Amino acid sequence: MFSDYSSAELMSIFAMQGFAGLTLFSVFVLMALGLAIIFGQMGVINMAHGEFMILGAYITYLTSNLFSQWIPDWYGSYFFVAMALAFLAAALLGMLVEWLMIRHLYHRPLDTLLATWGLSLILQQSYRSIFGAREVGVTMPDWMMGSYPITDLVEVPINGLFVMCLSLGITLVVAALMYRSRWGIQVRAVVQNRPMAGAVGINTQKVDRMTFALGCGIAGIAGSAFTMIGSTGPTSGQLYIVDTFLVVVFGGAASLLGTVASAFTISQAQSTMEFFLSGSMAKVLTLLFVVGILMVRPQGLFSLKVRR
Amino acid sequence: MVTDSRKHTPGPSRRLLKSLAGLTAGLAMSAFGVAQEVNTTGLAVTEDTVKVGILHSVTGTMAISETGSVQAEKLAIEQINASGGVLGRQIEYIQEDGASDWPTFAEKSRKLLRQDNVAAVFGCWTSASRKAVLPVFEQYNGMLYYPTFYEGLEQSPNVIYTGQEATQQILAGIDWVVDAKDAKTFYLLGSDYIWPRTSNKIARKHIDKLGLKVVGEEYYPLGHTQFNSVINKIKLRKPDVIFASVVGGSNVAFYKQLKAAGIDMTEESPLVLTISVTEDEILGIGGENVEGAYASMKYFQSLPNENNQAFVKAFKERWGDDIVIGDVTQAAYLGPWLWKAAVEKAGSFDVDKVREASPGIELTTAPEGYVKIHPNHHLWSKTRIGRAKVDGQYEIVYETDELIEPDPFPEGYQ
Repeated sequence: MFSDYSSAELMSIFAMQGFAGLTLFSVFVLMALGLAIIFGQMGVINMAHGEFMILGAYITYLTSNLFSQWIPDWYGSYFFVAMALAFLAAALLGMLVEWLMIRHLYHRPLDTLLATWGLSLILQQSYRSIFGAREVGVTMPDWMMGSYPITDLVEVPINGLFVMCLSLGITLVVAALMYRSRWGIQVRAVVQNRPMAGAVGINTQKVDRMTFALGCGIAGIAGSAFTMIGSTGPTSGQLYIVDTFLVVVFGGAASLLGTVASAFTISQAQSTMEFFLSGSMAKVLTLLFVVGILMVRPQGLFSLKVRR
Repeated sequence: MVTDSRKHTPGPSRRLLKSLAGLTAGLAMSAFGVAQEVNTTGLAVTEDTVKVGILHSVTGTMAISETGSVQAEKLAIEQINASGGVLGRQIEYIQEDGASDWPTFAEKSRKLLRQDNVAAVFGCWTSASRKAVLPVFEQYNGMLYYPTFYEGLEQSPNVIYTGQEATQQILAGIDWVVDAKDAKTFYLLGSDYIWPRTSNKIARKHIDKLGLKVVGEEYYPLGHTQFNSVINKIKLRKPDVIFASVVGGSNVAFYKQLKAAGIDMTEESPLVLTISVTEDEILGIGGENVEGAYASMKYFQSLPNENNQAFVKAFKERWGDDIVIGDVTQAAYLGPWLWKAAVEKAGSFDVDKVREASPGIELTTAPEGYVKIHPNHHLWSKTRIGRAKVDGQYEIVYETDELIEPDPFPEGYQ
């Protein structure tokens, strides 16, 4: 399979595929971070994660319309406003959902699966009623279009670079929040021992709500970023949910580092195989690989050391 | 090979009931002086109404595509009613939701045919949904008007296919890029299910026959959103033409990433020829991302003829100004009109008679121009090549001189 290409071409292929893999990696990280917080830290199986992403995408669509209608001069910068709004909208919705639904189900993780699945259906239908069944197009600002040519074959898409920087930034912020802030300590304390955390004066309900809201907010930002590369329709969220769970479970649910590592492994494996095999075959092999590893290490790549 | 449908011989009691019902209906009708042979098959036809079915997905993943078809069919029915109806009867429709789920399609079609006794059904979109309802229509001898361009290799006495079958769309499209653009090498790319695979099979055979070369062929799962790898491959193999049959939301990802990867379709190197991106899809993709791509279809909203201008105007008046009309939407619009023409030619709503009357039915008022039903239940139609503009419309750059004969079972292409 390598013999069809010259060695110079092979170099380019690996460079290009490496970059494609990095883009895919960033996409996976963005998708999975929010879920890793909610699933990993709180044990809530959030099947509506994709719909929170699409909420972010729709907010981006609305913002872009607003900018092109009222302040076209500032169009180039709409994306940053859109991301902030997407975060806020998704986080607020997350809070509401936590208050109405999730907080009653903390002791029944499997029920959260059913409840959030129902929520995802409700959200999909709401999007369909509000925005229509057709997909909406989000126009990218001009500076995000195009690519930097490096050699004849190798070109680096700017939006790919942007997604990379974005996921790097968000990962760092989340890591800092979780491991360097007072709030992060409270979250981890609540996760490890809820009654004890409550006893030492941590408001566990508030921590739960904020954690859930943060996870949803990050999903909103991810959705906003995905308008650059994917489609925005009522059911688009479903396209991401399987991959997202795959990344989180493979990484080891409670570990942020695991999420990043698993996103990297899966994306690079898939990207490299996609070039030499067919797209569907690459997917199958990736899944087999993940299943194989999980059979040996059921807890995922990284896991918390907790005394049981 | 239009075979005759399976007819059930009703048992003695049913026959008695039927003739009794016929007798009372006949008495009632003759009192009003209406021709009584019209109502012969237990269909939902009264002196002044006839019921038909509309069966599409208005929920689920296919709702995006099927919305336009529903709108077109309703518009056609309203227009027919406004112009006096069919055989003096106003058309009433019963709409059912297939919910993007093939067993649901089958169940709803059974309901429409058995319970509602509709005279015809306009509906389905994906091949999967059509294949699911086919046995039901054959069993209960219903009539389905199916609007989507599709892979061919099928022909049923109970279906009229108002979209193009694969050879009409593909062969003309490939001939055009070879003649007009001097294309020599092709990269075939599609979503991973029956329509793109069959279409590409036909495309490949045709390309081989012309002595040209396919340099790559690739399929991605439905809903796939990462096309970086295949775009890299395309860059490396430098085909003259990317022949694309990616469907649904994947299209958005594909064209955005193509553009981001530095492939500018307005420069035509490589040229993109799609058989799956209509004006509807461009709404989601964004005109700026697909500008310069060519599409091979039988209908574009920008078609400059009087029929079409009237159609576009009526459609926008009915469903809103910012709506766009794609190939399938137009084909769906043809359904009720073709049915009306066949019913009037037959002088009856009876499915068997409508079927017999169908071959040779012409429509001079079709937005796409002129169409005619072939004995194989597909339409004679022209194929056109449109070039996507940044405003989301197509500029028509070529159309075949003659109507192309439908050939659902092309020799050597199966």
